[in-house]
Amino acid sequence: MVLIAKTLLQNWKIFFIEAGALSEFTGRFFTQGFRPRYEFREFVKQCFLIGYQSLALIALTAFIMGLVLTMQLRPSLVAYGVESQLPAMVGIAIVREIGPVLTALIFAGKIGSSIGAELGSMKVTEQIDAMEVSGTNPFKYLVVTRVFAATLMMPILVMLSICISLFGSYLGVNIRGVTSFHLFWTQIFDFLKFSDIIPAFIKSFFFGFAVGIIGCYKGYYSSKGTEGVGRSANSAVVVASVVVFIIDLIAVQITDVLGLN
Amino acid sequence: MRSQPASLPLAPGKQDQTVIEVKDLNKAFGDNKVLQGFNLELKKGENLVVLGKSGSGKSVLIKCIIGLLAPDKGSIHVLGESIPDLNESELDKIRVQIGFLFQSNALYDSMTVRDNLEFPLRRHWMQNATQDVDEMVMEALSDVGLVHTVDMMPIELSGGMRKRIALARTLILKPGIILYDEPTTGLDPITAREISELIVDIQKKYKASSLIITHDMRCVEITADRVIILVNGRCYATGSFEELKRSTDPQVKHFFD
Ligand SMILES: Nc1ncnc2c1ncn2[C@@H]1O[C@H](COP(=O)(O)OP(=O)(O)OP(=O)(O)O)[C@@H](O)[C@H]1O
Ligand SMILES: [Mg+2]
Repeated sequence: MVLIAKTLLQNWKIFFIEAGALSEFTGRFFTQGFRPRYEFREFVKQCFLIGYQSLALIALTAFIMGLVLTMQLRPSLVAYGVESQLPAMVGIAIVREIGPVLTALIFAGKIGSSIGAELGSMKVTEQIDAMEVSGTNPFKYLVVTRVFAATLMMPILVMLSICISLFGSYLGVNIRGVTSFHLFWTQIFDFLKFSDIIPAFIKSFFFGFAVGIIGCYKGYYSSKGTEGVGRSANSAVVVASVVVFIIDLIAVQITDVLGLN
Repeated sequence: MRSQPASLPLAPGKQDQTVIEVKDLNKAFGDNKVLQGFNLELKKGENLVVLGKSGSGKSVLIKCIIGLLAPDKGSIHVLGESIPDLNESELDKIRVQIGFLFQSNALYDSMTVRDNLEFPLRRHWMQNATQDVDEMVMEALSDVGLVHTVDMMPIELSGGMRKRIALARTLILKPGIILYDEPTTGLDPITAREISELIVDIQKKYKASSLIITHDMRCVEITADRVIILVNGRCYATGSFEELKRSTDPQVKHFFD
């Protein structure tokens, strides 16, 4: 019992130390990120890499999710005799919640880990030090560019993923019964309001930022040795995924308070 | 001991100009007191070797000199500038004149050899009107005899080749001071010897002042004008290779056995 309490206490301590260090890292991002010199070329390159690396995976999962969700929902709606509401139901679920969160989770798995591992291995092989002695601020060159790139690419990927999900859903609707593409879209957009899309869009910026900064933080402070790199990549994914859910929770409270629900 | 090249372009009366001066350097990581009052002076055109056991704080010393680590106490002057007091852009200016060969080479994995070599050139805003970047890359590569690897990735090279590429990257800005962190560690004796000879050639060619950190006695024998032995975070003994070799002190003898 005492042992459990002790471990718990220890874990809380580690949690607060980590949270403090991460906040400090984020603070450093904001103090350095908006001052010259701007690493524009590296930023563009990272945008391309980040988008390109995660695109196929996000498209595939989004498509399957749209399709499966539609097929799973249909029986319940049929039971209540509101099958015609299927596109609207699926549409709202995808746009408001599943699209952004699923994309963010896949993004955390793919990009968070790759940033964590990349910066981690650069750290342990002294490449970050080498940049510093070569007249480059490694924080600006490596961290700021990646965080901005992740923040910018995430909403784009989310919008894309929503479109693909809805397309998957359209196919799901058409497996039983025939709906024209036009009717499907009309049904969705009659039901969806502009205020459904905006919060989803805004929170995806935060998701992207969180994945970027956590991946960079874990990599940048990677401990020595190759197992340190693995650990960075791993904990980048875990922490980023949890933070995505926390942001989602906060976002839903805010939209609620603002009366956007 | 080799005599210094007579043609050193020194100002009259400044024959023993000091380029690096470290005084009473202290550095600890938590309870681990790594350096405790270390002193060092590197004269212009000199090859100075710091000899020390693994974990004695050699890398820490050299990282303090280049400003990657901040000392707890003591002063570090490079070319007259106090390194711990410089801001980022002032440090960049002085680092243009210092080459640093990392123990782990620190080649950028994601870049080709060419991009690796161009990186410091482009980043330091070097306005070399007389010579273009491509030419400088090729010259640095030919100095280390690896022109044919220019479009390869670091992962495709052997350990010795990687060390040479790292050396070429260190030399590309033609620095007046070169810091070598264990240039021969992890290499076979023949390659280690080649690297040591390369260091001497480079010193002659560029008339650079070098600080070499190592525990490889063959490398010391080939490169050193003067040797400092680092024990327990302090300067334990100093002298030429021959002098130290004759020493009867057990701590010193230990290195020569
Ligand atoms: N960033 C750091 N944080 C904490 N401790 C460190 C750090 N860098 C070095 N140390 C400690 O300082 C001591 C000296 O390390 P250093 O790397 O300078 O050894 P070294 O003389 O270069 O050894 P080697 O020949 O193996 O390279 C070691 O005990 C190491 O654990
Ligand atoms: Mg070392």
